[in-house]
Amino acid sequence: MIRVQNLKKTFDSFTAVDDVSFEVAPGEIFAFLGPNGAGKTTTIKMLTTLLKPTSGSIELDGLDPQKHENEVRRRFGIVFQDPSLDGDLTAWENMQIHAVLYHVPSKIGKQRSEELLKLFELWDRRDVQVKKFSGGMKRRLEIARGFLHTPRILFLDEPTLGLDPQSRNQLWSHVKRVNETENVTVMLTTHYMDEADRVAHRIGIIDHGKLVAQGTPREIKEQTGTENLEDAFLKLTGNTIRDEDADPAAQMRQFAKMWQQNRR
Amino acid sequence: MNAIYILWLRELKRYTRSRAQVIASLGQPMLYLLALGFGLGPVFKRAGAGNYLQFIAPGVIGMSVLFSSIFSGLGLLWDRQFGFLKETLVAPVSRLQIMIGRTLGGATVACIQGLLVMILCAIAGFRPAHLFTIPMALGFMVLIALLFAALGMAIGSGLQDMQGFQLIMNFLVMPIFFLSGAMFPLTGLGIILSYVTKADPLTYGIDGMRNAFGSPNIAFHPGLDAAVLVVLGAILLVFGAWRFSKIEI
Repeated sequence: MIRVQNLKKTFDSFTAVDDVSFEVAPGEIFAFLGPNGAGKTTTIKMLTTLLKPTSGSIELDGLDPQKHENEVRRRFGIVFQDPSLDGDLTAWENMQIHAVLYHVPSKIGKQRSEELLKLFELWDRRDVQVKKFSGGMKRRLEIARGFLHTPRILFLDEPTLGLDPQSRNQLWSHVKRVNETENVTVMLTTHYMDEADRVAHRIGIIDHGKLVAQGTPREIKEQTGTENLEDAFLKLTGNTIRDEDADPAAQMRQFAKMWQQNRR
Repeated sequence: MNAIYILWLRELKRYTRSRAQVIASLGQPMLYLLALGFGLGPVFKRAGAGNYLQFIAPGVIGMSVLFSSIFSGLGLLWDRQFGFLKETLVAPVSRLQIMIGRTLGGATVACIQGLLVMILCAIAGFRPAHLFTIPMALGFMVLIALLFAALGMAIGSGLQDMQGFQLIMNFLVMPIFFLSGAMFPLTGLGIILSYVTKADPLTYGIDGMRNAFGSPNIAFHPGLDAAVLVVLGAILLVFGAWRFSKIEI
């Protein structure tokens, strides 16, 4: 479903993604793990038409995202690291705008919105403005919205960041259910190793832009001779903390946090 | 087409739902109208320039349209990282449609805002010379709104951080307002200021509205006002669309 070959992305002199190759089979849940700044988000951006690769090739459902941008966009859904809902609109309205943007016929869009909102336990709150939702509810709504246009692939970039264990658990059980019932391929990134271990069929670990390991969670543990995925991850990527300079987005994230706290 | 419509509708819904914001955004124009209109009124009259409230009302209407429309574009800064913009940018819709939908939405909201201020001005005592030219004033309002919504888009597409936003606010938006002749007549100005005001697009918008309202303090022919706004607005729409197409997230 996803085929990446010798993918490379350089920014000026910095190589963010260096000769990465992997494949994700249809219906698979693939976890893409790595420390901060390892190249996870850059890779996802290239897969989702938001960034042009410097070299290498990408195929999504047999199509090149660069050549067939709109066809590829119809085939995947994405949940970004930062929220992308409209807080002033209701859950239902957010779903309906998505349906229009993805050319889903009105009747099917409404039917599917209802199914998905029910599945993600948001149906009772469909007419509430999203800004009144909790962090977990917002995340669920974003994922439900991502499934609305029946994508073949769903990308989840750190979807559980900042959620409590209950919300995380619930969120993954929903994602797994749609993955099974609709045979949607899922590619996710997370920093919670236990999640990756539990949810993913296969895992790829990226560090300094290079793919350092891939396989099932068990294979990775066996390769590294470790008991759990966290130890395997640390063994592969080392213990050094990756301090990055805050980019404008990170600065604004900080600002947004302060602003939200003040408003409470 | 559907995408443009739904994005336009979205801007409208957001506006009508934030009542507190609507009222808050009327506060500033009211302050200008009342404090300056009545405060500077006597001086203005003694200078033989007529009634200041009648003079400043089109300026205050222009101001609210300017702020409202340009902010709709500058908001891209925030929206790009934490808002709905990303959702639209990965959708299978062309960037041009998204830009047009947003710009039209922002301009529509700005016009509603301008209309509200116009009503408040009338309540405060502003009286246009002829009622039948009010549609012409509304036309100028639409031109101002479109022009600055497009300018906001062009700038907002490239803004990287909050500091940049402040810079634009203090060195572009405020000067556009203060140098537009919104608050002072354009006749008898020093040579430098007279050129600066002529380079300010809002000048033509407000002068156009004064023309429409039948104010005696006009600087240009309404046809010239309209022509400048249309040409510059068209250029800025194309420029804004081009900048918008270059957004990276």
